[in-house]
Amino acid sequence: MIIDTKELQAINSFSRLESLKGVYGLIWLLVPIFTPVLGITIGILVIVWLERKISAGVQQRIGPEYAGPLGILQALADGTKLLLKEDLLPSRGDLFLFSLGPSIAVISILLSYSVIPFGYRLVLADLSLGVFLWISIASIAPIGLLMSGYGSNNKYSFLGGLRAAAQSISYEIPLTPCVLSISLLSNSSSTVDVVEAQSKYGFWGWNLWRQPIGFAVFVISSLAECERLPFDLPEAEEELVAGYQTEYSGIKFGLFYVASYLNLLVSSLFVTVLYLGGWNLSLPYIFLPHFEINEVGGVFGMTIGIFITLAKAYLFLFISITTRWTLPRMRMDQLLNLGWKFLLPISLGNLLLTTSFQLFSL
Amino acid sequence: MTVLATRKDLMIVNMGPHHPSMHGVLRLIITLDGEDVIDCEPILGYLHRGMEKIAENRTIIQYLPYVTRWDYLATMFTEAITVNGPEQLGNIQVPKRARYIRVIMLELSRIASHLLWLGPFMADIGAQTPFFYIFRERELIYDLFEAATGMRMMHNYFRIGGVAADLPHGWIDKCLDFCDYFLTGVAEYQKLITRNPIFLERVEGVGVVGGEEAINWGLSGPMLRASGIQWDLRKVDHYECYDEFDWDVQWQKEGDSLSRYLVRIGEMTESIKIIQQALEGIPGGPYENLEARRFDKAKDSDWNDFDYRFLSKKTSPTFELSKQELYVRVEAPKGELGVFLIGDRSAFPWRWKIRPPGFINLQILPQLVKRMKLADIMTILGSIDIIMGEVDR
Repeated sequence: MIIDTKELQAINSFSRLESLKGVYGLIWLLVPIFTPVLGITIGILVIVWLERKISAGVQQRIGPEYAGPLGILQALADGTKLLLKEDLLPSRGDLFLFSLGPSIAVISILLSYSVIPFGYRLVLADLSLGVFLWISIASIAPIGLLMSGYGSNNKYSFLGGLRAAAQSISYEIPLTPCVLSISLLSNSSSTVDVVEAQSKYGFWGWNLWRQPIGFAVFVISSLAECERLPFDLPEAEEELVAGYQTEYSGIKFGLFYVASYLNLLVSSLFVTVLYLGGWNLSLPYIFLPHFEINEVGGVFGMTIGIFITLAKAYLFLFISITTRWTLPRMRMDQLLNLGWKFLLPISLGNLLLTTSFQLFSL
Repeated sequence: MTVLATRKDLMIVNMGPHHPSMHGVLRLIITLDGEDVIDCEPILGYLHRGMEKIAENRTIIQYLPYVTRWDYLATMFTEAITVNGPEQLGNIQVPKRARYIRVIMLELSRIASHLLWLGPFMADIGAQTPFFYIFRERELIYDLFEAATGMRMMHNYFRIGGVAADLPHGWIDKCLDFCDYFLTGVAEYQKLITRNPIFLERVEGVGVVGGEEAINWGLSGPMLRASGIQWDLRKVDHYECYDEFDWDVQWQKEGDSLSRYLVRIGEMTESIKIIQQALEGIPGGPYENLEARRFDKAKDSDWNDFDYRFLSKKTSPTFELSKQELYVRVEAPKGELGVFLIGDRSAFPWRWKIRPPGFINLQILPQLVKRMKLADIMTILGSIDIIMGEVDR
């Protein structure tokens, strides 16, 4: 009997240890996934706060000021409210599509964060086709929007979903040649290589100077991809009430909200990576001799790299936020004309120019 | 479910009465082919309060508080037309000072109305920011109104034969300061909006109304003047004292939404010109023609008789409308605001027919939006400038 219990105890403890080890491994596996997700979420809260404060500045208002110092916690309060709000379902909608739509939109955008280098070699997945993963994954999000537009059983939602699909299709195409020219310049599609290729000559080495046309086209198309104001037709309030999100409430609406800001953040991060030199300090050697981020290494270098990347991204975000609060909205046909008849030929010409230059330089 | 794949499926969308850009409670039944508008049917009456019927058992003074609810953004004009009718019916003279005060108030109200047209119009196109800028200026106008009349929106300021109260001390300087400030504000709007390429693309050639067409539809105000017709009742009818000021009729040739925008922006600066001249030339004297406080003939009755009126129960001064009929009109910011008035030798009007400019101008909407894009509905509707309070009355 005694031996039996001892044996049992031993076996029990052993198995407990085993299971603990499994759990530990699982946790260790999830840490690199959840750290960026947490960071991104915080980044989005910051963007929401920035959007509110900057729009308030543009419109000569004060903006949020009671939730936390300077209203920093306002976005958090809004999120909590959305979490606690009743989740309304349209009675005759397609509930499966209705519920699936927002999650597809969010997940597909979250996935594209995996190829963004935040610092020197600080990237979840350094794929050899990094940038194109973003482009391909980004086209999944409008499917989610289309789903929710269709599943809502609402004409405004449906029109919004259709607009979202048409818009993202027509603006992905000019986006691709721009990215192609960048990867031609850096001889790689990997985001890390793209940044490395810009690391020389400080900010004069940025692709912004080598690809000014591509930069302009990329910025416009990425704004259109994010459905930001000059191009926010899918959710045009004055026309379609709220577009595909008309029927949503509670956290599902919150997911769309998050998805749009996720998209904005990922776009500005890609602008940073592709055109603004990524994590490099980008100051010419005259200002800071004997200092290079890549050689600092360690946690300090990593922190500085992340900081620089985010600083550049938020600088770009500032531009897109002020754009949103300055410009009126375009009309659907004008939007498509701009995409197909103006941006696409220009970006193709840019690609042609880049290719021929690369060929001659070989 | 057995729909042929080749058949064109039209979508019927019900916009309103609670759509964000329907300017109140307008309801449009829109037939859409994709993004193209095939048909549009406006449905009115959600804000109908029987304003014309209410007038039939109110004296003019009693009715005055109601009229600011017709066009609640250009309140002075509704009051002006309400007193102008009985004045002309009874041939009441208005003192010069009262005329000047009226002109100043009317033009301030015109600016306020155009401002609150500009903001929603830009918001309809998608630019939210001008909405906040126009409120900045509009608040100042309403401060001026509050100082002179005691109320910001529903003033109840006009009286038969004058105005209810004289301008308070220092008001004229305050108003002059506002004029100077407002001109910089208009310059700011012009910088922000007028040459914006996206704005131009959205409004140019959208909702074109030809001159002939505009007359045939009975359009008035900026809608008419944007189509190349120089018709401004302030010049045509010579009412109040507009002839004493140096100002021009604002007009454009093209007849599209852009020209309507330009006409309204131009009218704001013209109004400032009028106000400045009126403020500088305002004469002294009475602000009200007391003769207009004529009483409805009370029946002779002995003291303590059944229908004897004790002093404490004296009714407020009522104005007897003679048994005549006439049509009066003023140039309101939205167009020709008119009243057809039939008197019946009593204190109450026998008939009080309102001709609201927004209602008449709205008629052309279905024709303008046909074969346009969905987004153009908002541009065109915005450029027509309707207030449902006066459309439905």
